Amino acid sequence: MTAVFLMLLGLAALSFVLARGRASRFADGDYRAVHSRPGYHGWHSALWALVPPLALLLGWALFGQSYIEPAVLASVPAPDRPEAGMATQMFLNEVRSLADGSTEASFTPGVTEAARVYATLGARANMVVGGLALALGGLGLAYAFVQVKPQFRARTRVEQFVMGLLIAASIVAILTTLGILLSLLFESFRFFEKVSPLEFLFGTNWSPQTAIRADQVGSSGAFGAVPLFWGTLFITLIAMLVAVPLGLMAAIYLNQYASPLVRKWLKPILEVLAGVPTVVYGFFAALTVAPAVREFAQAIGIEGASSESALAAGLVMGVMIIPFMSSLSDDAITAVPQAMKDGSLALGATPSETIKKVLIPAALPGIVGGFLLAVSRAVGETMIVVMAAGLAANLTVNPFESVTTVTTQIVALLTGDQEFDSAKTLSAFALGLVLFLVTLSLNVYALRVVKKYREAYE
Amino acid sequence: MNKPALADGALTPTDWTSPAMVARIRQRYAREARFKAMGLVALVISALFLAFLLYSIAGNGLTGFQSTEIRLNVAFKPEALGITAADLAGPDAEDRLRQADYGLIGGDALIARFPEVTDPGDQMDLEELLSPGTAAYLRETLVDNPALLGKSITLWVPAATDVDMLNKGQIDADLPALERGISDRMLGYYRQLKADGDIRTSFNTRFFTAADSRDPELAAIWGATMGSLLTLFVTLLISFPVGVLAAVYLEEYAPKNRLTDFIEVNINNLAAVPSIIFGLLGLAVFLGTFGMQRSAPVVGGLTLALMTLPTIVIASRVAIKAVPPSIRDAARGIGASPLQVVFHHVVPLALPGIMTGTIIGMARALGETAPLLMIGMRAFVVDVPASLTDPATVLPVQVFLWSDSVERGFVEKTSAAIIVLMVFLLMMNALAIYLRQKFERRW
Repeated sequence: MTAVFLMLLGLAALSFVLARGRASRFADGDYRAVHSRPGYHGWHSALWALVPPLALLLGWALFGQSYIEPAVLASVPAPDRPEAGMATQMFLNEVRSLADGSTEASFTPGVTEAARVYATLGARANMVVGGLALALGGLGLAYAFVQVKPQFRARTRVEQFVMGLLIAASIVAILTTLGILLSLLFESFRFFEKVSPLEFLFGTNWSPQTAIRADQVGSSGAFGAVPLFWGTLFITLIAMLVAVPLGLMAAIYLNQYASPLVRKWLKPILEVLAGVPTVVYGFFAALTVAPAVREFAQAIGIEGASSESALAAGLVMGVMIIPFMSSLSDDAITAVPQAMKDGSLALGATPSETIKKVLIPAALPGIVGGFLLAVSRAVGETMIVVMAAGLAANLTVNPFESVTTVTTQIVALLTGDQEFDSAKTLSAFALGLVLFLVTLSLNVYALRVVKKYREAYE
Repeated sequence: MNKPALADGALTPTDWTSPAMVARIRQRYAREARFKAMGLVALVISALFLAFLLYSIAGNGLTGFQSTEIRLNVAFKPEALGITAADLAGPDAEDRLRQADYGLIGGDALIARFPEVTDPGDQMDLEELLSPGTAAYLRETLVDNPALLGKSITLWVPAATDVDMLNKGQIDADLPALERGISDRMLGYYRQLKADGDIRTSFNTRFFTAADSRDPELAAIWGATMGSLLTLFVTLLISFPVGVLAAVYLEEYAPKNRLTDFIEVNINNLAAVPSIIFGLLGLAVFLGTFGMQRSAPVVGGLTLALMTLPTIVIASRVAIKAVPPSIRDAARGIGASPLQVVFHHVVPLALPGIMTGTIIGMARALGETAPLLMIGMRAFVVDVPASLTDPATVLPVQVFLWSDSVERGFVEKTSAAIIVLMVFLLMMNALAIYLRQKFERRW
């Protein structure tokens, strides 16, 4: 396939050179009677030689399997033929990995022969499709070459194509959202076939391990997600208690008090804090902050302090959010018209009174929007809680105890061995759906607030 | 002056010299000072936290760039290796050398170094001083220089984790044997070697040239770095063109209608969607629906590209918006088509801003862990990945994996990997700042 691809590229280059060469001989370099410059003729025919065969190859890559697989299955003798559904999929997986050499041998009866059929069929099909693609490219080249005439509007055609490309690029964002929503909905739907949504949303017992043996203890397979929601909320609350005062005060100081020199030296600190990867915060929380918090708890005599406390995760997450909170508050305060500040100062208010009674009330919608975005970030933050918060689903208000969060559980459920069909794996997608909907509504609301507020002062 | 007295004998509220007013002003000024100090304190707390974080990572991690080695007088005896001189003459001499058994000669050399240790059990303890990587190291030495067969040579070979930790002072030798996790006898051997100058600390070149390992003293980050580079390559290849084209469309051509509004809302929301959701998307769509390979950089790159796309679109739009309309009008005036205006004039002028946004987006993608965990890039990979479909891991995931290990030798490796990651991020951000300052134009 790589060879076909390279040949197509060569064909396109040839097409470009031929068409441009032909176009450049119009009217001996006097282009006044010519619609498009030679380069556009070149691009036009290069596109004709390249795009149709590429579309064919893409279609084959996406749908070719559905043509080959039935043929392979039909070649398997009846006693070895797998049953429809999962068994067929597993059989085909084995065939595929045997055929491309990623496994050495298979013990399932029929796989070895099927792999041979698969390899020959696949090779033959690839040959045919590759040949077709090349032929299509050649046809495109010939068609475009015939089109090269002085009055042919090659530039318009090429520009139409580029415009289509631009629109397609913008649609990617919609497709991504759609992909997220559909995949989460689809998998969650399968989950809710096994577990009732009411139990999931309002149950207070979370223990997703399904029992392998009937008499196993602690593996009830309960999917009540309330402890996870509470844990997420609790850690977010702690984080916001750290981030809001510190972030807001830092923004006010930098925006209103700091001299340009101080600003120049202190602002990068916040930027560096914002650039530290979350896995580093997580490591720091687990290695340094969590033991310190536990020792502190033991020193003041609190029983049952966990080394994976909600407080440690929340504190570090709060520090992570400080720069985010601060930069959004900074923007909001900067957007308040200077006249309001000047008016307040002229009435004799001190700078701090001006800030507290004029600037902050005026900037409040922007600050609240920033706050909501920060909450959405804290709710979706993963690595800090995976590394510093625990896996135990506790409903507790003691910050020294261990709680677990939605994101921690998603990671725990989806790493390690997994079958795509078990309720345990599917529950991660249901949690993901809740997480997505919550953060989405927070974001939509916050962005609307921020936008409205900005318009109010512009 | 005739001042109207109030009932309690105080002066009017507007008299700036009255004691009540003076007290009130003093109070207001004190409040002012307190408020200002609070702002400064907030910044100082953030700065202290950053300093503490960097200090603790550097303090833990700098020793990770060093390795401990033991000097051995290794004899490459053919009989111990299970090969003969005749094997070397054959056509597949190198294969013979590779397949020979190097498990014993390192330990033998150490036993020869301590002739007073005769008990087989004690000799086993002695061999524990050497890293399991010693055999591979000796093999490479002999394969590189087959003439050494049958000769003795003095080599520095890697020491085991416990010796490494002891030598770096991370195991307190004064603790009782049970707490320090290393026996008195081993400690004795170590002290004897150290006293004879047969233990040294050297720069850990292996850390930058090999891939992961179960043994902390052999674990290295080149594999993860390669994985990160391959993944970022795919991310850049997709998110940069798509992001810039989308930004150009939205900023220059998009009609004001509901579809455009919907696209804009979508992009702004995607920028704030938690990264783990993108991991779920990658798992369900790329691995589930399209059946792509787990742990491959191409899948990681695609997932991160979707995540980075909004950042690049938003930054590119800001950069394109900053190009003044006069440029467009002038180009239109001399007969350029709408597309020529944008691609010949506007985009080149906006390019520094676009590049800055792209680099910042890439830096974010480089530090991202959660979505890659979802698509299985947490595999234990002992080979350096060489192509986009090889199983691979990336730097932040490597940090996460090592931080999960129980062996204490991994703490310094984790911190050292973090230092490497942070250096990469710092370089990318410095490049972004440089580009911004060098090429940014204010109109």
